[in-house]
Amino acid sequence: MKIFVCVKPVPDTAAKIKVGGGASIDPAGVKFVLGPYDSRAASKAIALRDAAGDGSEVVAVAAGNPNKGESEARKRIKDVLALGADRGILIPDESYENRDPLAVAKALAAAIKNEGEFDLVFTGRQAVDDQAFSVGPMLATLLGVPCVTDVVGLEVDGKTATVKRAAEGRVEVLSVNLPCVITAQRDLAEEQYPKLKEILKANKKKIDTFSFEWPAPAYRVTELSPPPEPAAGKIVGEGPDAVPELVRLLREEAKALSF
Amino acid sequence: MSEFRGVDFFLLDELLTDEELAMREAVRTFVDREFIDNRAIEEHHRAGTFPRDLPQKLGELGVLGPTLPDEYGCLGASSVAYGLMMQELERGDSGLRSFASVQGSLCMYPIYTFGSEEQKRHYLPKMARGELVACFGLTEPDHGSDPGGMETKAVRDGDGWVLNGSKMWITNGGIADIAIVWAKTEEDIRGFIVPTDAPGFSAPSIEGKFSLRASVTSELILQDVRVGPEALLPHSGGLKSPLMCLTQARYGIVWGVIGSMMAVFDEALRYTGSRTQFDRPLSSFQLVQRKLVMMHSELTKAQLIALRLGRLKDEGKMKHYHVSFGKRNNCKAAREVAKLGRELLGANGVCDEYQVMRHLMNIESVYTYEGTNEIHTLALGAHLTGHAAFRG
Ligand SMILES: Cc1cc2nc3c(=O)[nH]c(=O)nc-3n(C[C@H](O)[C@H](O)[C@H](O)COP(=O)(O)OP(=O)(O)OC[C@H]3O[C@@H](n4cnc5c(N)ncnc54)[C@H](O)[C@@H]3O)c2cc1C
Repeated sequence: MKIFVCVKPVPDTAAKIKVGGGASIDPAGVKFVLGPYDSRAASKAIALRDAAGDGSEVVAVAAGNPNKGESEARKRIKDVLALGADRGILIPDESYENRDPLAVAKALAAAIKNEGEFDLVFTGRQAVDDQAFSVGPMLATLLGVPCVTDVVGLEVDGKTATVKRAAEGRVEVLSVNLPCVITAQRDLAEEQYPKLKEILKANKKKIDTFSFEWPAPAYRVTELSPPPEPAAGKIVGEGPDAVPELVRLLREEAKALSF
Repeated sequence: MSEFRGVDFFLLDELLTDEELAMREAVRTFVDREFIDNRAIEEHHRAGTFPRDLPQKLGELGVLGPTLPDEYGCLGASSVAYGLMMQELERGDSGLRSFASVQGSLCMYPIYTFGSEEQKRHYLPKMARGELVACFGLTEPDHGSDPGGMETKAVRDGDGWVLNGSKMWITNGGIADIAIVWAKTEEDIRGFIVPTDAPGFSAPSIEGKFSLRASVTSELILQDVRVGPEALLPHSGGLKSPLMCLTQARYGIVWGVIGSMMAVFDEALRYTGSRTQFDRPLSSFQLVQRKLVMMHSELTKAQLIALRLGRLKDEGKMKHYHVSFGKRNNCKAAREVAKLGRELLGANGVCDEYQVMRHLMNIESVYTYEGTNEIHTLALGAHLTGHAAFRG
């Protein structure tokens, strides 16, 4: 089985994002990591490869700025290699910060097509920084294969996969033909942390460079402003009488309760 | 995701390789997931129990004897990487780090350094995986700071040996499969690999500790314990041999206590930032800031010492007195930092809902074992003046 995992460096979710006046965030002091969805996608891909056995491989793909961002993109590829992937492909991009999702999807599609046949391509359901939710579905369209989004479970049997996805209030089970693109939800795999031996091995694995003629941006961010202050808390009443309304709001609005 | 923030005031991360940073991150995540987020360490500490799956988990992660070469199932990692691993384990609890120090620096190291090729191939890979747990028996009831006075004896018996004596305060004693026992032969002090199921060997637990509660500490009793010739570490000889092991373990402690300081400082900084008294956050008072600054300064100085020491070790230039400097300074600093952190948390600082009291209790052991402050002062004094003053 040949599996691609597309990953992107994103700020640590614990980082305080500073809007620096321009069209991109102030990177000073921000720690970049492998996003939580990307890391689950990688873990699942590696588990599938191990189950499939000989001749199978997992390839990590990332695009990044060769001046500033390349080392971050390269580091995220290494993160996936340290989880156990076999090799990486880095797509250099001089103006990575201004890339729109379609351009990124085109670059990833070109890099993957350049590799020939494949069985599965994973992306995260979203990048936790710009939250566009776009690259996975666009990539599937460009590759001419089906896309299943928000996947929480996946089993491969020959040339089809049984896929579980989280839909509103229910879990859908689908049968999908391979090759296909999967966008990963958190529950797709348990979180793995790399073993130290794999970190050392990762340094010796191959990361190829794939050059891509980037198209002019189809859209670009022109301005960033801080998010509005969160609305003040709501007092729904006092004492036991308020409980039913509180439970209703938690269930229906906050969706924090599922019973 | 843990909220923990490390301290890097002097941008020391810039001096670490990507590999070292990635390994630190992996151990940090491991400790968060397995011990902090689920409060497992707090429960073990409260109950005074050792996490029985720890050896195997640490083995899988790769932190047991990681600087030894990969032909023995180890990683061949740098000493700085090893230090960072110890730092991250001790950020969780000194008991976690103590287990790894004993297994790696005090037991795998002597087998690697003084053992035969056969011993290395037999023991090291299993020890690296955490399948085989070891302890290090040097201290005796009547010989602590002065281990050269040991009374445990090994007498030749045919081609093997008979061992008699007792060892005290032995980390991992009760859970170990093998004990590295230091004993006097007719000629010299030698090291022996003693299987803990050998007839005449017992390891009763030492109860009532208010420190390192998540770590096993035992007495070792050896009554006519017979071992074959294969038990002797052939290249060991003299007090120098166990002291070389201590140098390795002390090096790890120099880094380990930085983790303890980071945990305490992080907690104190957050606490004083969110707790208000007299209508203002505690951290806005000058007297509170003074304590935070003192903690932060000690922590930062300790980091500078540890990194320089680590690079010297990797370059083969580290001497035992450099390690004495680091052990003496950093353990004293960690004790001070824990005390200040505890003060800053007020009444909450005495409760195990917060980490600081656990670290404060642990540091008392770490301050004492592997050479007390006085012993390292004397070692440095001897280096500076040429006069060894251990005997007054
Ligand atoms: C939790 C724990 C785990 C341990 N694990 C191990 C282990 O795995 N293996 C092992 O072999 N040992 C272990 N030890 C033992 C430890 O190394 C000894 O406790 C330590 O060396 C001190 O010895 P002691 O307790 O006998 O104190 P002593 O040597 O009796 O010292 C008591 C006090 O006198 C001071 N003192 C001693 N000599 C001098 C001097 N010449 N000048 C000035 N002051 C002096 C000391 O600094 C100290 O303050 C452990 C100890 C603890 C607490």
